[in-house]
Amino acid sequence: MRSKLTSTKADIKHKNVVQSIGPRPLRYYGDGIPYLEEEAEIKGRLVVIEGPDASGRSTQIGSLITHLEAGGHAVLNTGLKRSDLVAPGLLEAKRNFAIGKKTLSLFYAADFADQLENKIIPALRAGYIVLADRYIFTLMARDSVRGISRTWSHNLFGFAIIPDLVYYLDVNPATLIHRVFEKNSSLDYYESGADMGLSEDMFESFLKYQAMLGREFRRMQKKYGLVPINGNRSPEEIHSDLRDRIDKFLLH
Amino acid sequence: MDCSPSRSRNKFDVPGKLIVVEGIDGSGKSTQIHLLEKWLRFRRLSVFMTEWNSSETVKEITSKGKRKGRLTPTTFSLLHATDFADRYERNIFPLLRAGYIVLADRYVYTAYARDVVRGCSHKWVCKVYNFAVKPDLIFYFRVPIDIAADRILSGRPKLKYYEAGMDLNLSNDEYESYRIFQSRIIDQYESMINEEGFTVIDGTDDIEKQQIAVRKRVQELIPRQQMLTGRT
Repeated sequence: MRSKLTSTKADIKHKNVVQSIGPRPLRYYGDGIPYLEEEAEIKGRLVVIEGPDASGRSTQIGSLITHLEAGGHAVLNTGLKRSDLVAPGLLEAKRNFAIGKKTLSLFYAADFADQLENKIIPALRAGYIVLADRYIFTLMARDSVRGISRTWSHNLFGFAIIPDLVYYLDVNPATLIHRVFEKNSSLDYYESGADMGLSEDMFESFLKYQAMLGREFRRMQKKYGLVPINGNRSPEEIHSDLRDRIDKFLLH
Repeated sequence: MDCSPSRSRNKFDVPGKLIVVEGIDGSGKSTQIHLLEKWLRFRRLSVFMTEWNSSETVKEITSKGKRKGRLTPTTFSLLHATDFADRYERNIFPLLRAGYIVLADRYVYTAYARDVVRGCSHKWVCKVYNFAVKPDLIFYFRVPIDIAADRILSGRPKLKYYEAGMDLNLSNDEYESYRIFQSRIIDQYESMINEEGFTVIDGTDDIEKQQIAVRKRVQELIPRQQMLTGRT
């Protein structure tokens, strides 16, 4: 298995073969987007990388883009809070601590919907590999640890398309906190779950909150086909792991 | 279909009353709820009035998106849901728990009607809004499309893109599009009457006559003692 993989990779590099990807229908978690149904076929693929802040997501996505583009694929990098229409208001709403939990969930869902329909789906139709720097799973995990019903969140995202691959960078909270400090030397309010009253102490709150999110992601593994990736390793090791898995999928 | 409203009313003690008006533009519902509000305030009851699409947090984004004409039906629906949730979490539900009479000019039924006409799944819209408590009274102001449209269009106003339903490609003429769009919304409302328990008010009647009917129903809802002393 392993040797076969290496040799196919070598094929790409040395013979300069660009693999094209076959079409597939759009699939949704729920009722989908009824008004799109007639043209619901895509040529590209959707790959999601989930993981907490400072888990190395952006680094990994950066190296994956380089790798995939070298293999001849067009790549679109997308993520949460990136809709130019919704994101500015969303950021402002987050600064207002009186905002309700459901309001915030719906706000994030609107931001996601705008990008899904205006960026992700068009790119997939055009044959792009879309690399999503987080997807609905982060949103569902955050909501669930804050007491929002999992069924409600699942139903809310019934219009989300099912990705081809979902990887979750699993980093243990103690390692994660060091990476956060390397990056910022301070802890972020929401990423520490400071709104949840877990502890008077921010450090303690961060560890508790990240552990809760981790449990939530493990709970989602089976239902949503999330593949955990050991994120405690070096960026190079994680990259070659992800790269091999994605290559294998694309050549399949 | 499970359009059942929130169970949160069972979980908490909710002594307040929620009264909703629904109907298409030009049905006269805002006039009626305004008169109802005056009357309840005159009776010195604790009243809170809330209107569709009025949350400060969200309104700006919605209007920006509308100006640019780039809202897909799903984003359109979710932004209105965000607006509703903001008013619900901040005002509607806490005030109901405090015993207020909450008057809502449009409620989840507006979303059911409009979003479905725009092509969203009815089941999905219901599930998104299922955290909202079921109102104590839902007045539906029934008006034939021609009368409502004449009330709105008689001055040949400049219609907004989404208001006229231009995103649905029903007609190139915005007035024609408006009529088709609004009649489809009427069809949605009509289909909800029994299922959701609407109290139908004939919106073609005189304003006073409609208000008498509205007040009569509201009076039945609020204990006599409260109406006399003005305490909620």
